Amino acid sequence: MVRGAQSSPTPHAISSGAVASSREAVEQVFKQERGRILATLIRILGDIDLGEEALAAALEAALVQWPAEGTPANPRAWLIRTARNKAIDQMRRRALLDDKRAAIEADAALEREDAGGGADVTEFDEVAVRDDQLRLIFTCCHPALAVEAQVALTLRTLCGLETDEIARAFLVPAPTMAQRLVRAKAKIQQARIPYRVPDAEELPARLDAVLAVVYLVFNEGYSASSGAALIRRELCAEAIRLGRLLVELLPGESETRALLALMLLTDARRDARVDADGEMVLLEDQDRARWDREEIREGLALVEAALRAGPPGAYALQAAIAGVHARALRADETDWREIAALYGVLRVANPSGVVALNHAAAVAMAEGPAAGLRLMDAIAADGSLAGYHLLPAARADLLRRLGRLSDAAAAYREALALVGNDADRRFLERRLAQVSPARA
Amino acid sequence: MQYMLLIYDNEAEMAANRKGATDVMMAEYREFTDSILKSGNMKAGDALQPTSTATCVRIRNGKTLTTDGPFAETKEQLGGYYLIEAKDLDEATKIAARIPSAKSGTVEVRPVRVFAG
Repeated sequence: MVRGAQSSPTPHAISSGAVASSREAVEQVFKQERGRILATLIRILGDIDLGEEALAAALEAALVQWPAEGTPANPRAWLIRTARNKAIDQMRRRALLDDKRAAIEADAALEREDAGGGADVTEFDEVAVRDDQLRLIFTCCHPALAVEAQVALTLRTLCGLETDEIARAFLVPAPTMAQRLVRAKAKIQQARIPYRVPDAEELPARLDAVLAVVYLVFNEGYSASSGAALIRRELCAEAIRLGRLLVELLPGESETRALLALMLLTDARRDARVDADGEMVLLEDQDRARWDREEIREGLALVEAALRAGPPGAYALQAAIAGVHARALRADETDWREIAALYGVLRVANPSGVVALNHAAAVAMAEGPAAGLRLMDAIAADGSLAGYHLLPAARADLLRRLGRLSDAAAAYREALALVGNDADRRFLERRLAQVSPARA
Repeated sequence: MQYMLLIYDNEAEMAANRKGATDVMMAEYREFTDSILKSGNMKAGDALQPTSTATCVRIRNGKTLTTDGPFAETKEQLGGYYLIEAKDLDEATKIAARIPSAKSGTVEVRPVRVFAG
């Protein structure tokens, strides 16, 4: 299920003239083109379900016709035309059962499409296809839908993940996920959530919602968890693919670039953050030779572009921080003053307990554990991170460095009482053993 | 497409408002209503008497039960509505956001159901 990560696909590269194609070849075209075809079908048909059904019908037709008659010159156009005709036939059949007036309307819709004449040119050109994908992203991430529904719809329609794959990735029973998708699609239809790109005035807020969904997908895939590791890895790949698509679709938005940079620079550390036994490895202990240099190179270039574009947003600041880490070939070469300064700006731009905690940890590295501990004690006092295991875990680490071992042990125990994930738990247990007096 | 904009606000707080504040809100409501009349979005709209005047009716086991009070005790109460025509949810929510009570209470936007045939 690995999809190509190409950012500007060339439709002609897959047009092979009237050459008979194998089943695999048909499926490959389909896999590459699915997202774009579906976006266009949803615009034409005005309904996600109709679009999905029509696309499945068109694939069936292609599997029969292409091997026998050869691959059409423009496979995507062929698939869209076939899917559209099947959908309109379907609408007409349903309408005939229901009432005559609807049947006439379906005919009119078909004629309008055909009267477009140069429909193949206007409908299938690259710009139109991109516009359709952009509309679909904004519909899937519409604030009138619950965030979980936004995520599920985006993965289903834009990434083409199957419902049970999305369910496994989010550790939700498949029927629950199916129900979530059904409800979201019904709301789009019944409340008439529009299929359009927001106007300039609404765009910043609506784009924030889209970026939040993409980053949520990424983090869900990145956060270490048991079981469906493969699916989770794929979520990161899908989030990066969506990030690339957004950069391509909205080249003027620096936060889309910054988000892509942040995801690439984080993903670059993936192989180094878990050891051979599946244990979590801290950033300072990671084998940096295992970091993905290609992702780092691309990520750093994107951060620089985003920072040049004007006052940095929250993603640009986070990407810049990831960039400082990425540039350090050894942990002790890390420019912690720069990182502490960036977190200081981020704390103002985007106040949250987690950012404050990261700021305190960076200050501890730049100015010593005592300075960091003072900031962490302030966070603990204001209660904004109550119940979050990483706060006592970080405090414990600074107490350990200060040689206050029994205080450190108490903080590790506090963290262990709150931790939810097994890799983190094992890590905290090892640390607790290190600071506890050895028993004879 | 028609949407019902249901306006919920805290009655107790509204009642405690100074007269000046109430007058300002009434003037804002008049201005808003005029604007959606002029734009052609307005189909209907009314303000309701407070929930202290509400009566609930239920039929159980064939018997009609009439009781005092609103259906549910909540922090915000239904205080009025507009029925509007809008091309999609985005237009409807933009109009809903201009209702003066959106600043203090909540406006629920509900598409009106159309039965086929």
